[in-house]
Amino acid sequence: MSTRNTLLAACSALVVGCGAALAESPNLGKAASPEEIASWDISIGPDGAGLPFGSGTPQQGEQVYLAKCLACHGEKGSGKPSDQLVGGQGSLGPGQAPVKTVGSFWPYATTVFDYVRRAMPLNESKSLRDDEVYAVVAYILQLNGVIGENDTIDAQTLPAVRMPNRDGFVRFSRGK
Amino acid sequence: MRKNKRPMPSEPEQAAGNGLLDRRLFLTGGVAAAIGSAALPDNVLAAEALPVEPWMKTPGSPFVPYGQPSRYASKVARIFASVPGTTGTGASRTPHHLLDGMITPNGLHFERHHSGIPDINPEAHRLLIHGLVKRPLVYTLDALMRYPMESRIAFIECAGNSALLYQKEPAPLGVQPIHGLLSCAEWTGVRVATLLEDAGVDPRAQWILAEGADASGMSRSVPLAKAMGDALVAIYQNGEPVRPSNGYPMRLLLPGYEGNANVKWLRRIKLTEGPTMTKDETSKYTILQNDGKSLQFCFAQEAKSVITRPSPGLTMGAPGLYEIAGLAWSGYGQIAKVEVSADGGASWALAALQEPVLPMAVTRFRSPWRWDGGPATLQSRATDDSGYVQPSRSKLIADRGARTIYHFNGIASWGVAQGGEVKHVYA
Repeated sequence: MSTRNTLLAACSALVVGCGAALAESPNLGKAASPEEIASWDISIGPDGAGLPFGSGTPQQGEQVYLAKCLACHGEKGSGKPSDQLVGGQGSLGPGQAPVKTVGSFWPYATTVFDYVRRAMPLNESKSLRDDEVYAVVAYILQLNGVIGENDTIDAQTLPAVRMPNRDGFVRFSRGK
Repeated sequence: MRKNKRPMPSEPEQAAGNGLLDRRLFLTGGVAAAIGSAALPDNVLAAEALPVEPWMKTPGSPFVPYGQPSRYASKVARIFASVPGTTGTGASRTPHHLLDGMITPNGLHFERHHSGIPDINPEAHRLLIHGLVKRPLVYTLDALMRYPMESRIAFIECAGNSALLYQKEPAPLGVQPIHGLLSCAEWTGVRVATLLEDAGVDPRAQWILAEGADASGMSRSVPLAKAMGDALVAIYQNGEPVRPSNGYPMRLLLPGYEGNANVKWLRRIKLTEGPTMTKDETSKYTILQNDGKSLQFCFAQEAKSVITRPSPGLTMGAPGLYEIAGLAWSGYGQIAKVEVSADGGASWALAALQEPVLPMAVTRFRSPWRWDGGPATLQSRATDDSGYVQPSRSKLIADRGARTIYHFNGIASWGVAQGGEVKHVYA
């Protein structure tokens, strides 16, 4: 049995209810080298794999924030016109008006790095250097009381940060 | 007075309260009986010749390379709002009250952009497949165009569609602003599974990360099983290249899944062991419940329906026979039946389902209604082929709470007032 057939068998077992057989592929993808992939491989999962070299502190991050983030996210992440980034912890419980921020709601600190690096600032995304991203993430986490003023955020410390709402999510299943 | 030639019952079959008639009425030619002789126009005696208009006497306009709607149909348009300080970040909504059938025209498909519409040169666009694969691969559009193609007629609905119904009071708005983040098109492209097979799936892979080439790098994690199932890299939308606002030159199509997961301007698929936990799948497209816990990865859109006509803005004319028309859909399969009520849910009549009825596509339903000129509360209720029944608004909120803006699929109500004005109401 060829590798391809093994794969097909494995996949048809995986895809329950998808009856149609895969069409023969013309195989026109070009091999992508690690060097080619590197500039696009910017997603960072909860384990922090792929986090770049570099680091930043809340103090350094405040300078980045004042220059790049303040206009949309308000003083110290207070929000308006865009999302509030700070505060709201303890507001998710029954009977309360939820205030969803990085500190109160986001389950993983790695997501903050991933999102800031890929999408922020809105009008010039992907313009921050990795050190600046680490620093502004550190600043937002510190404003939320998740890390201390003198902590440093880097590839080792970021995935180790435990966010307050880490256990606040349940996987959806229909009919539940 | 003219008499009906065919013998017809004096009253057409009532299917439910407040004037709802049997769904087969229009099909069996019973319209004359339903209207009755009283519906003969009063002005039949006004004897004036039908006018011969200017366009009947002079040549019309020349060809154009790409056709546009009539200038008289200019109101059949999207409405949109941008996030403050931006021009292309926000959403636009489909005018379902002015459309019929099941296919949304490409220029009217709803949009949700997180950083505007990128102007992508298709020759420079690449689709990268990597991560837990044996051979990372990069594809050009030209390469994908040589692959075998498949079509799916599929709805895409924003998870935030109909979010206004979570509010305590009914928003004084109509179909388009409330339910317009829904569209349905024929999408044609290459099966994602074929490309993942090219790359060789590592058995450890259970998820994919899909990422767009827009400035926000919109990204979502999706179970590998969905990617290996009916997912497409869509290159065509209703027969023409996917519109820039819908992902040109290629988008991910995940039939039935919330719109946000159908990543536009698709540039990268990374196979991973677990979900990447992107911003949108953690902080945004999750459902905060009353107990403080949030439901995550609510991918498929639940069975749902909405009456598009009559609806707010479409004021009723004289009492008499009307067709109630609407859309029903389910991200879990095919619509099995739609019921319509004219008395706020006290009684229900089966609506006619217009063919084709397809899984993960909108189904057009129709129901004849003799409006007596009095108050009425119109509702529709969809059931899909899994047996799931669209819940009332109050039941949905009782079960889930109203602390979210996502996945509202409860029954919507239009109130028809004495005199014919139609308003959004809760019933």
